[in-house]
Amino acid sequence: MAIATNFWIWIAALLTLAIYSFLYKDNPFYKFAEYLLVGISIGYGVSVYWHNTIITKVYNPLVYDKNFLVLIPLLLGLLMFSRFFKNVSYLSRIPIAFVVGAGTGLSVPSSFEFLFKQVYATMPLKLDFGSLIIVVGVISTLVYFFFSLEHKGFVGRVSRVGITFIMVAFGAAFGYTIMARVSLFIGRIQFLLSDWLGIIK
Amino acid sequence: MLKRTLLLIVFLILSISLFSENDGLIFLENQTPFEEFAITGKDIPNDGGGGIEIEWSFPDSLDNFFLTVLRKDEAGNNSIVATDLLVSSKQVRDVSSEEDPSRVKDGTKYYYTGILSKKMVDENFLNMLISKENGYSKNGIYIFNNDTFYVTAETDAIISKASWFNLSRIPVVISLILISFVFLYYLNLAKSGKELYIRKINGLDAVEEAVGRSTEMGKPIMYILGIGYVTDIPTIAGLTILSRVSKKVAEYETKILVPSYDPVVMTTAQEVVKEAFTEAGRPDLYNKNDIMYITQDQFGYAAGVDGMMMREKPGAVFLQGLFFAESLILAETGHSIGAIQISGTTETAQLPFFVAACDYTLIGEEMMAASVYLQKEPMMLGSIAAEDLLKVFIMVLIIVGFILSIFAYGFNIGIFKNLFDLLVRALQV
Repeated sequence: MAIATNFWIWIAALLTLAIYSFLYKDNPFYKFAEYLLVGISIGYGVSVYWHNTIITKVYNPLVYDKNFLVLIPLLLGLLMFSRFFKNVSYLSRIPIAFVVGAGTGLSVPSSFEFLFKQVYATMPLKLDFGSLIIVVGVISTLVYFFFSLEHKGFVGRVSRVGITFIMVAFGAAFGYTIMARVSLFIGRIQFLLSDWLGIIK
Repeated sequence: MLKRTLLLIVFLILSISLFSENDGLIFLENQTPFEEFAITGKDIPNDGGGGIEIEWSFPDSLDNFFLTVLRKDEAGNNSIVATDLLVSSKQVRDVSSEEDPSRVKDGTKYYYTGILSKKMVDENFLNMLISKENGYSKNGIYIFNNDTFYVTAETDAIISKASWFNLSRIPVVISLILISFVFLYYLNLAKSGKELYIRKINGLDAVEEAVGRSTEMGKPIMYILGIGYVTDIPTIAGLTILSRVSKKVAEYETKILVPSYDPVVMTTAQEVVKEAFTEAGRPDLYNKNDIMYITQDQFGYAAGVDGMMMREKPGAVFLQGLFFAESLILAETGHSIGAIQISGTTETAQLPFFVAACDYTLIGEEMMAASVYLQKEPMMLGSIAAEDLLKVFIMVLIIVGFILSIFAYGFNIGIFKNLFDLLVRALQV
């Protein structure tokens, strides 16, 4: 295999190296790659918002479907721009309040549903040692998250069992994710050595 | 016997010559691979409309066969719902989505047909079947290019409709009502002046230490809200903690930097910090440019915040909100510049990284309780007490389930089996 002749592979390889140079210290190459990534992602984001929101959800329903209900969210969205005018900037709080309120309200039933699913998953559908571990783990972890009781005596001992379960789970998750990250790194090195430099097949 | 066989052959040849209209296509009307070869459909219950569920129950021996589902509307327009589904999947949903809102319209009659085949369905055959002119919608056996396709009869007319209530969520609404009463009880208790206790949360006492240390070093404080939106609960909790941290920052007359992922979160953070500075009596120190937008690209945001950390060298870094794969990148950079780091998220997959790389970590609900701990408002303390009672209820439920399971499966007692099943069913929302 030979070194790549494709212009874009060179760009990708040099940008990869520029980002990795951060591992040494902050430097002009990293800064260039960082600003490029941030700038391009903002530009891309604007175009996505323009097409997926302004055109698809506002312009098309309004102009073609004559759906005037979209004027309400449009107005709420426009109120965000009131921040640029000092004397009416307080108006921007209306859409924020609406979004926060709606988000919080909508999360209530889904949180409950999630809670039910978790309790269901804890139910010992068969009797074995694994089920016992799950039940003990869940109960002791719940005790750890008791905030209106001081963690002393029996409660303290159970909560210590709970935090042990949590840390064991974290350890497993940490190892698992590191494995995934290492595989991402291998993918990048493979790209550099194979697609770019052509050292390996 | 010979006579019968000959007659059958003659009948088959006649059928083929009668019904084959295209080259390479043979059609045997009303022939089925087995009895009750049919698919059924119904409106998806408890949904917002625009959805029909198609089901089939074929013999297990056909589990590796493929099923293609076609839809015909009132006007006779045919379209493909799904191709080459494994028969073992037993069902498919024909649902309108944001991408394709006109797929199934409420109030319109739809008729569905299934095509069973051993191989994946031939595209030409499919096009021939759905074309209005050919009208090959009859059920029977089709042999096309030596491949056999079994076509079911059309289902009865199925109409999709929206439901006013999602009845499967009745246990949720009952729990919600009960818990609301518990919350109200504790809120009233708190209002009446009863002192409610909240245990010490490790890490929160370090807030003052972190802000003080940064001030002494003459360095700013960086507060990262993660990549959540303002509708996400961890982001809302992060904003509440930001309010308290900002107040301390204003009291210590130092600087706070809040790089944001989402413009609405940025605007909200600006409001929160401004209010906190005003509360602390130092509105003059507030600079809205310190709460800035970076980008809405996950790793673009991580790269931007990392670069900012390296240049500004904050003395304390707060990572409070919703984090995903960028969590370790941010926490490691914060660690490398020697900043005191206090993190918190509800994302269990990211918590191990925070535990490993930060000085203090608020685990899951600790983050929610943090805002209460910092403010110690009676109303909020009441909600913490109510939540704890809910946890006791869950624990009791699990223990009861465990005991029932021992009697049901360990000792094989019928009544306990029934009770256990009842409990499990109630939890399946």
